[in-house]
Amino acid sequence: MNNNTTALPSFFEDSGSDRKGILSWLLTTDHKRIGLMYLYMVLGMFIVGVCLGLLIRLELIAPGKDIMEAQTYNAVFTLHGVIMIFIVVIPSIPAAIGNLVLPIQLGAEDVAFPRLNLFSWWLYLIGTVLALFSLFTGGGAPDTGWTFYVPFSEFTTTNVNVAVLAVFILGFSSILTGINFITTIHRLRAPGITWTKMPLFAWSLYATGWIQVLATPVLGITVLLIFVERVLGVGLFDPNKGGDPILYQHLFWIYSHPAVYIMILPAMGVVSEIIPVFARKSIFGYKAIAVSSLMIAFAGSLVWAHHMFTSGMSDTAVLIFSLLTFIVAIPSAIKVFNWVATLYKGSIIIEPPLVYALGFIFLFSIGGLTGLVLGSAGTDVHVHDTYFVVSHFHYVIFGGTGFGLFAALHFWLPKFYGRMYNKRVANWAFGILFVGFNTLYLPLFVIGLEGMPRRYYDYLPQYQTGHLISTIGSWILAVGLLIMFVNLYRGITRGKKIGRNPWGGATLEWQVPSPPPLLNFDKEPDTSGKPYSYKGVERDE
Amino acid sequence: MSSHVHKDYHGAKLGMWLFLFTEVLLFGGLFVLYSVFLSKYPQEFHDAGKDLNVIIGTLNTVVLLVSSYFIALAISFIQRGDKQKAILFTWLTMAMALFFLVNKFFEWKAKFGHGIYPTSPHLAELPHGENIFFGLYYVMTGLHGIHVIIGMTVMGFMIHFLKKDAIRQDDFVKLENAGLYWHIVDLVWIFLFPLFYLVL
Repeated sequence: MNNNTTALPSFFEDSGSDRKGILSWLLTTDHKRIGLMYLYMVLGMFIVGVCLGLLIRLELIAPGKDIMEAQTYNAVFTLHGVIMIFIVVIPSIPAAIGNLVLPIQLGAEDVAFPRLNLFSWWLYLIGTVLALFSLFTGGGAPDTGWTFYVPFSEFTTTNVNVAVLAVFILGFSSILTGINFITTIHRLRAPGITWTKMPLFAWSLYATGWIQVLATPVLGITVLLIFVERVLGVGLFDPNKGGDPILYQHLFWIYSHPAVYIMILPAMGVVSEIIPVFARKSIFGYKAIAVSSLMIAFAGSLVWAHHMFTSGMSDTAVLIFSLLTFIVAIPSAIKVFNWVATLYKGSIIIEPPLVYALGFIFLFSIGGLTGLVLGSAGTDVHVHDTYFVVSHFHYVIFGGTGFGLFAALHFWLPKFYGRMYNKRVANWAFGILFVGFNTLYLPLFVIGLEGMPRRYYDYLPQYQTGHLISTIGSWILAVGLLIMFVNLYRGITRGKKIGRNPWGGATLEWQVPSPPPLLNFDKEPDTSGKPYSYKGVERDE
Repeated sequence: MSSHVHKDYHGAKLGMWLFLFTEVLLFGGLFVLYSVFLSKYPQEFHDAGKDLNVIIGTLNTVVLLVSSYFIALAISFIQRGDKQKAILFTWLTMAMALFFLVNKFFEWKAKFGHGIYPTSPHLAELPHGENIFFGLYYVMTGLHGIHVIIGMTVMGFMIHFLKKDAIRQDDFVKLENAGLYWHIVDLVWIFLFPLFYLVL
């Protein structure tokens, strides 16, 4: 925008069509505009989900009724789950950040199917609107939990029909994004960007794309069957008619376990980008990190039944699924060790993206290790369906994917808006977030081990201390989020203008102007360097 | 938007094949249910399977196989630049799809006439396994039927594109992908047919 030698207008100014105003966004095929539209919706719905989460925590501050009725509580935690999983976390890094960054990292002008990309976004919009619609129509907001377990989901009078249709459409959107990204990576890498010179974020999106393509259709058929059962009453999951509810759980987790890797793999890709830039040192074990993404995608597709150890299955099956679950820990640990090894003897510059990425490593490690407690059959029987699971899950998905998204925002938003946020405030926000996060979720491990069941509206007095600390933590976390978002917003609107390469990165997105022009590159990208080799790379702030 | 236009034959095919994987997995969930329930209720599946009309099933299999042949012919014709014949055989593919659906309609109608449909009193009296068998029968052939309808819509678009020269001798990947889609619809039926009509 400022010190560029060329006078190409940025993608904000040049929409590539004659349309003006809002239509030039809603009907755009530019991957950057689509990425930003995803981002706005993801962040908007994230705030909705956070508010619902705060309401849950507030209700649980003391035993008995505090602010809402039990039925409302059931609806609130269901919505919190559905919104956060299907509308926020699944599209957060892959669809929003991936759309923004992937084509530029590959040296491409756009994704392989730009119009399909827009179609995915529209499906996402329709799915989101339908999900919100389900709150206010029919027999009230769904109260099944985000897992829609049968037989309850078949017979509850709340508006499950519309909610599962929304999930189906959101799943379709995710599939099309996956197809688009895989094809883009296969076909649109610029000359010189070979498979072993491709940035690790692109590798992680590649692995994610395969999970999206191969796992999401199973979710599609599963939620479709709920719809069919509710409307037609075929009875495939109804024991009174010869069906089997356990089969529903299998089908559901065949998607929904791999889905957590759709959520976490791109965040790992973000961290793999950020760590070497701020360690000023080439990534340790490039190939190991790239291959471990594929290993996680593959092994993670074979572990679904560890969600069902207490649902009833043979001991042999329990052993196999438990073993496979442990195997997933290996590629995950490979990544963590490689990140830490990259930092070792690096010339570390403490900047906000690195701080958030380090937060990711710490919180994800806690989440991952507690996952092993859940994956081993013996301990799982004790902590199954307790707050231990809730805490584990939030450490992985909020501490992992959430902080990965925050790191990505601090890393790449300046690139796409051409302006820098206040770094001091960003670091402070991280500190508050980190304290709030651990205050919120650490006590939940403890009361979970003590037997506090998840999703309960009321609880025994012995759990109150844990719940109270946790609720206080939720307020600290909210303050941290507020400061972070306000700071980012002020940054992108009023911040100091930046040059092409504010962090001194070596991947291709740092060669283009900030913000990039419509077709990304104002000159042929130089693909001669390695993605994590910083020799001769100048910071351009 | 013209700045975005780039033609990538291999990319388009790759994307289509990925989409076909998703179709396989969509039906895969139902095939898993079928196999679990078959092993749980072998006798009931055997009894219920006898009620299906093998003649209509066979006829529909032939219809779909011929329709796949027709769409393959349409692709071959456009590759040789024979636009009229390509349009003709796309129309014929659509006609065969319609023929399939009409057959399916009469088959379902007869079943309904015998009181066999989800939540029917007659089905409730039958053993559980037979209820599941017919439940799967309706869900799987129903989902397949929806795919046939989608396929017909796609063929309609293809005819439109052929007429407007958006599909040409030197740019026929749309028609080829439509053909791939039609083949997967055909292929799903090739598995449904023996599972419901023959092996029991």
